[in-house]
Amino acid sequence: MNKRNEVLLQGNEACAMGALAAGMRFFAGYPITPSTEIAEFLAAELPKLNGTFIQMEDEISSMGAIIGASLAGTKSMTATSGPGFSLMQENIGFASMAEVPCVVVNVMRGGPSTGMPTRPSQGDVMQSRWGTHGDHPAIVLCPKSVLECYTLTVRAFNLAEKYRTPVIVLMDGIVGHMWENIEIPPTLEVIDRAKPTVPPEWYHPYENLPGGDITPLAPFGQGYRYHVTGMVHDRSGFPTLDHDEVEQGLKSIINKIKNNLHDIIDIEEYLLKDADICVVAYGSVARSAREAVNMARKEGIKAGMLRPITLWPFPRFHLEGITGRMKTFVIPEMNLGQVYGEVLKSCPKKAVRVTRVDGELVTPDQIFSKIQEVSS
Amino acid sequence: MMRTTEAIYKYLRPDKKFPHMWCPGCGIGIVMGALVRAIENTELTKDEIVLVSGIGCSGRISTYLDFNTLHTTHGRALTFATGIKLANPELTVITVMGDGDATAIGGNHLIHACRRNIGITSIIINNNIYGMTGGQYSPTTPMERKASTAQYGSIEKPFDICKLVEACGATFVARGTAFHAKMLDAMMLRALNHKGFSVVEAMSQCPVQYGRRNKLGTPMDMMQWFKDNSVSSPVFDKIPPDEVDEQFPVGVLVNKEEKDYIDRYRDIVKKAGGEVP
Repeated sequence: MNKRNEVLLQGNEACAMGALAAGMRFFAGYPITPSTEIAEFLAAELPKLNGTFIQMEDEISSMGAIIGASLAGTKSMTATSGPGFSLMQENIGFASMAEVPCVVVNVMRGGPSTGMPTRPSQGDVMQSRWGTHGDHPAIVLCPKSVLECYTLTVRAFNLAEKYRTPVIVLMDGIVGHMWENIEIPPTLEVIDRAKPTVPPEWYHPYENLPGGDITPLAPFGQGYRYHVTGMVHDRSGFPTLDHDEVEQGLKSIINKIKNNLHDIIDIEEYLLKDADICVVAYGSVARSAREAVNMARKEGIKAGMLRPITLWPFPRFHLEGITGRMKTFVIPEMNLGQVYGEVLKSCPKKAVRVTRVDGELVTPDQIFSKIQEVSS
Repeated sequence: MMRTTEAIYKYLRPDKKFPHMWCPGCGIGIVMGALVRAIENTELTKDEIVLVSGIGCSGRISTYLDFNTLHTTHGRALTFATGIKLANPELTVITVMGDGDATAIGGNHLIHACRRNIGITSIIINNNIYGMTGGQYSPTTPMERKASTAQYGSIEKPFDICKLVEACGATFVARGTAFHAKMLDAMMLRALNHKGFSVVEAMSQCPVQYGRRNKLGTPMDMMQWFKDNSVSSPVFDKIPPDEVDEQFPVGVLVNKEEKDYIDRYRDIVKKAGGEVP
């Protein structure tokens, strides 16, 4: 550690350290490139804190185990990459449906299928939103730096606990494997699980409380005996096919996110105030985009950047707010246009994309060229 | 023994959950009864017990019983149970799975839970068929038996669940049937008191999806078949293999003491310099 209290950390390591700082004491995972360092780090560190590390037989079981641990009252996490993320979708849906807080880290690599294990990608943007079947909520955070791997992992746990839902930290292979000097924030807000305030006989784990408050999840074994299921359930947690209860139950898992967009959505704006060209970039590509914006400014082009830090729910209202004064949106990403499609929903006909799926980062030059092209 | 009505009020959940969804003549209720009676014979309180089930007819047991209950995804009961047990080893974690649940879609989780010898009691209700989805063949459907997806008879060699889990490292393995209700009570009690991974295979009749299709008669006939063909394991071992027709061994087949996963993990915590509570 130097005198500025900086430490040299890898993104994956910072993510694992952020999880520990957030109070995560249960990790279950399965080895997969490029996320494995997270598991390796935690295999060494968790036992020191009397926390649990277990390497499961696959990603399906890893996801099941962290849901189980969370129901027993422990903050829990798993980490994976594309193919493993696909296997986790079944139980991510369970966590959404049963409203069990947990954090899933997906360090994106080139896909589809086995794809390019050692090359970065941003190909899982849509899978992180819609990977599991049925209508469901999604909170997905997307770090661009080693520092953010730390801070956003802490935030992921906070959001998971606050909204009783799985939260995904969507890193890419570059962010995960990048090394940077960072100063670990000495204090970060950590939200711990709320405890039920009512006696067991009044407790309904899925009750919508007045004012939109979410019923605290009682840990198993503390006198609140209730039922948890992936089936559509009533406020007590028991399966129901009653039309009113079904619709109300399904909408409530969506609405608890939808009604709190202001709290959940976080964006970064860069030189956006006077801009008429807006680059929308996220993750490691946002670093190239920032450089491209600087290059454009030197040429007198009024470019700026909007970076969704919360990728889902998508910051659509932020985009819609600036659409009127933008000539064009430029969307660079390491996929064939997954966020581009989302931007089009807010500002039809005004968006162009810069895509790359050859396993390399989109460069500042590529983005700058596109900015020049659309500004002339 | 506790009077039946007392047990009903103590362990079955009131309102809305009944009548249960099992068909007339189904054996799952008998297995559920055995589990309740076994639990009543322990010192455990309802709050200390977590009952985890999978998907299918057997999966619904968790809805009916008044414990901390978790109805998971198909085949995954043991993965959730592993997380619960490791996060809070003080809890008594019981899984209830069907034959398809435990040995087909959940087969990988089953063999690894055995290998880890993690302190979970696993009840596998084996009715040789996928009942809930309408009678498709399972990994325990005997050869030549018919199923909706084996219209000309099954050509797949079935699993012997007890042999499978024994080979994978389960330290307590027992087999009973829905006919031998009292024997099931006793086996489940021993499984609950066992340290490490315990498995009770409860053979159960599915008269609707399996029995009718294979002309096995009434539920009573199917239970009579259990009675006629079950042989206590020491006696079974003496039958020359070429004389074994449809008989199968029942009783406690494996019972050994080995360090369980929780204790081994506590050793890791000590090695790493952590504090074991």
